[in-house]
Amino acid sequence: MNDQTDVARNDESKAAAQAALTPPVDVFEDATGITLLADLPGVPKDALHLQVEAETLTIEGEVRLEVPEGMEATHAEVGLPRYRRVFTLSRELDTEKVSAEFRNGVLTLRIPKAEHAQPRRIEVEVA
Amino acid sequence: MYRSPFANDMYAELDRLQREMSRAFEYSPSIRGAVRGGFPAMNVGGAPESVEIYAFAPGIDPATIEVQIEKGVLTVAGERPASLPAGDSKASVHIDERFAGSFRRVVTLPEDADPDAVTARYRDGVLHISIQRRETSLPRRISVQ
Repeated sequence: MNDQTDVARNDESKAAAQAALTPPVDVFEDATGITLLADLPGVPKDALHLQVEAETLTIEGEVRLEVPEGMEATHAEVGLPRYRRVFTLSRELDTEKVSAEFRNGVLTLRIPKAEHAQPRRIEVEVA
Repeated sequence: MYRSPFANDMYAELDRLQREMSRAFEYSPSIRGAVRGGFPAMNVGGAPESVEIYAFAPGIDPATIEVQIEKGVLTVAGERPASLPAGDSKASVHIDERFAGSFRRVVTLPEDADPDAVTARYRDGVLHISIQRRETSLPRRISVQ
């Protein structure tokens, strides 16, 4: 694990008013930025809320399923109609340029690194 | 609810309590079990005219999902490709929680489910399978002559 980024397990949501499920995520980093994938099945596009405030990224979504009248759940593994997960970003990430794509219940976030934080090759001079 | 024919039969009361507890905790599930945490997560519900199954399988091409009903058993199978970069690339993986690989889950259907009246829809990463109940099992009022 890389110590330079704080995109790590930080699930202590500040506004934990309602109980929510923690969606599983994948996070990986390359030279130009960080990619985050989150599984949010059952969330339509208009019920997904993404927020970047200061250095906090919040992912929230509401599950909306088609349920016929009079249905009673007999077995439920997805027991709450809500997902929420909070991450702390680090300073070298450019939060102004976050791009997001949401398809088939999978959210893909791309957070680029700020220009000055991109890797530079340092020449080694021989004395 | 089970009731003892004798009001003060303590053993019958204990028996009833145990029965209710085991039902509450699904202590005796079917032989296929109900393994939680498998992929895809599943919710099952019963409506008066249908049985509804929701498989939470995000990020899958609906054409590759295999749904099969055979002898009262529903099988959902498929494969979810890995999205993490390959090991030889220069990317580093910080969190790896999402499921990748092939999956198969099996659900025992109630006896009155009609395998010929099934619809399956994939939306927002959820596979919703709706199975009609056979008409003969719908509640019917019988007139007394």
